[in-house]
Amino acid sequence: MTPPVRLRLWTVLPLFAAGALAAVLLAPTVGSTPISLARAFDRAVPWAENVDAQIFFVARLPRVLAAALVGAALAASGVVLQALLRNPLATPFTLGVSSGAALGAMLVIAAGLDMGTLGLSSVPLASFAGSLVATAIVYWLARSQRRGLSTNVLLLAGVTLNSFFSALILFVQYLADLTQAFRTVRWLMGDLDVGGYGAIVAALPLMVLSFATFAVLARSLNLLSLGADAAAARGVDVVRAERLAFLSASLATGAAVSLAGPIGFIGIIVPHLVRLLVGADHRVVLPASACFGAAFLIGCDLVARTALAPLEIPVGIVTAMIGGPFFLWQLVRHS
Amino acid sequence: MRASALLHAADLTFAYDATRPVLAGVSLEVTRGAIVGILGPNGSGKTTLLGVLGGTRRPTGGTITLDGRPLASFSRRQLATRIAVVPQETHLAFEYTVLEMVLMGRHPHLGLFEVEGPADVATARDALAAVQAAHLEDRDFMTLSGGEKQRVVIAAALAQATDVLLLDEPTSSLDLGAQLDIAQLLGRLNAERGVTIVVSTHDLALASGICRELVLLRHGRVVAAGPTAAVLSSENVRALYDVDADVHVHAATGHLVVVPLHRTP
Repeated sequence: MTPPVRLRLWTVLPLFAAGALAAVLLAPTVGSTPISLARAFDRAVPWAENVDAQIFFVARLPRVLAAALVGAALAASGVVLQALLRNPLATPFTLGVSSGAALGAMLVIAAGLDMGTLGLSSVPLASFAGSLVATAIVYWLARSQRRGLSTNVLLLAGVTLNSFFSALILFVQYLADLTQAFRTVRWLMGDLDVGGYGAIVAALPLMVLSFATFAVLARSLNLLSLGADAAAARGVDVVRAERLAFLSASLATGAAVSLAGPIGFIGIIVPHLVRLLVGADHRVVLPASACFGAAFLIGCDLVARTALAPLEIPVGIVTAMIGGPFFLWQLVRHS
Repeated sequence: MRASALLHAADLTFAYDATRPVLAGVSLEVTRGAIVGILGPNGSGKTTLLGVLGGTRRPTGGTITLDGRPLASFSRRQLATRIAVVPQETHLAFEYTVLEMVLMGRHPHLGLFEVEGPADVATARDALAAVQAAHLEDRDFMTLSGGEKQRVVIAAALAQATDVLLLDEPTSSLDLGAQLDIAQLLGRLNAERGVTIVVSTHDLALASGICRELVLLRHGRVVAAGPTAAVLSSENVRALYDVDADVHVHAATGHLVVVPLHRTP
């Protein structure tokens, strides 16, 4: 009589975690110069002479870690927003966070204010600020005095804000000169080349805060999918749970987008596949999606930088080109 | 207030906007072990009253006490260990199995990061057995029939291990056989487990068959309240639904039978 959730937590999660870890360790060995994992971790060879270690840790690992962090954040945020909106078709970008982030980045790039200080470029900072502004607007609109967040208003406000910001983005691109316009378009396709550990370290506290909140919310998210009243009747503080879910998912999404641009598809395809594999319990789905999302984006980025090498394909194009058909195939197979 | 009152409501008012109150001064008393039926036409405030009694809607005015303690002084989680609610219909956004659904009833009994243990699973299976749905345990909830769904949701409420069970029109979308199943189930839960039940319904057979007391609600006010035999009369049926009806005692069961004749002119 082993409880199903306990069993799944102990069997499924180690597998998913091992998969994500394997992706983090193996992906950096692949590239224009093949390197050996054993040699990269060989402490007997001094750092200055260990080319494999230099390529592994300096050239490739930051990019792989960025992919892991962004993939995990987008997949987990997708899970949380789908539970909050009681809609499996919601994505991390449904509620306007990413278009706010994009507008922030566009403004800085187009105004020629793209500069770096202390290892942090102004583009991710502006983009993160944009995501906070979008979050604040949607949150303020959907807040009702009596009962938490209105999920209908959340959806409508998010979708409207998305098209409003998209119009502003097009306007900014229209006004920008050709070089800047190209750079803004390139930013929108997603890029995991974060150029070092600085940006990752900056994003990490935001991610950790969001993931801790996800962990606290996991069981309540199961109950929220029964509807707000039914969740309340089973002891969920719905107002608090909905606010925390929206704010933490927006924070994680904002941090992910400011790190790598708006990389689509992960936030909807990964949660969906994971639910097919492990069931719907959010205590399993959330961590499993984070691991799967990390491994999936690492894999896509590997394809992006090796498939047409030395030409690099923007990673957002790869996620959609791999993710789209795969998702449709799964959909047909299970219907 | 009598000492035996488990749930006591006095002069409850509720309004989404001040010009159209949904509840306009409702008082009622639910004693431990009672089965109370709430009858009333659509829009009479039955669902709102259940929401207020269950603590998920805060009344605009009036007081409710549970065991003499104001409902508002309970935390959401404490209250969920005392009162369980079965809504009219349950739709899920994701595919949970029947056992997972029932285990969700254990939520208020678990700590923040606590995962259901063998004792919780035993409670859930016991609840499923009580509603004769043990064989459905591994089924996907969304693939069940309406009657099976309603029994599983009642099992989830039982797994919540509360004193009071509030049900909102539990038989409204069910066929005759499933309606009878639910009525008998509620009667048995009350007799065998001592569950106190408050049930809103349009189903007069359910009301006369299992409810020992009735509260008749119209336009957010109590039209009549008391023992079923006294309250379920042709006069009250007319006052409640604007329908002329014959009310007989059914010889074999002793239940009242309401035969609607025509709209009151």
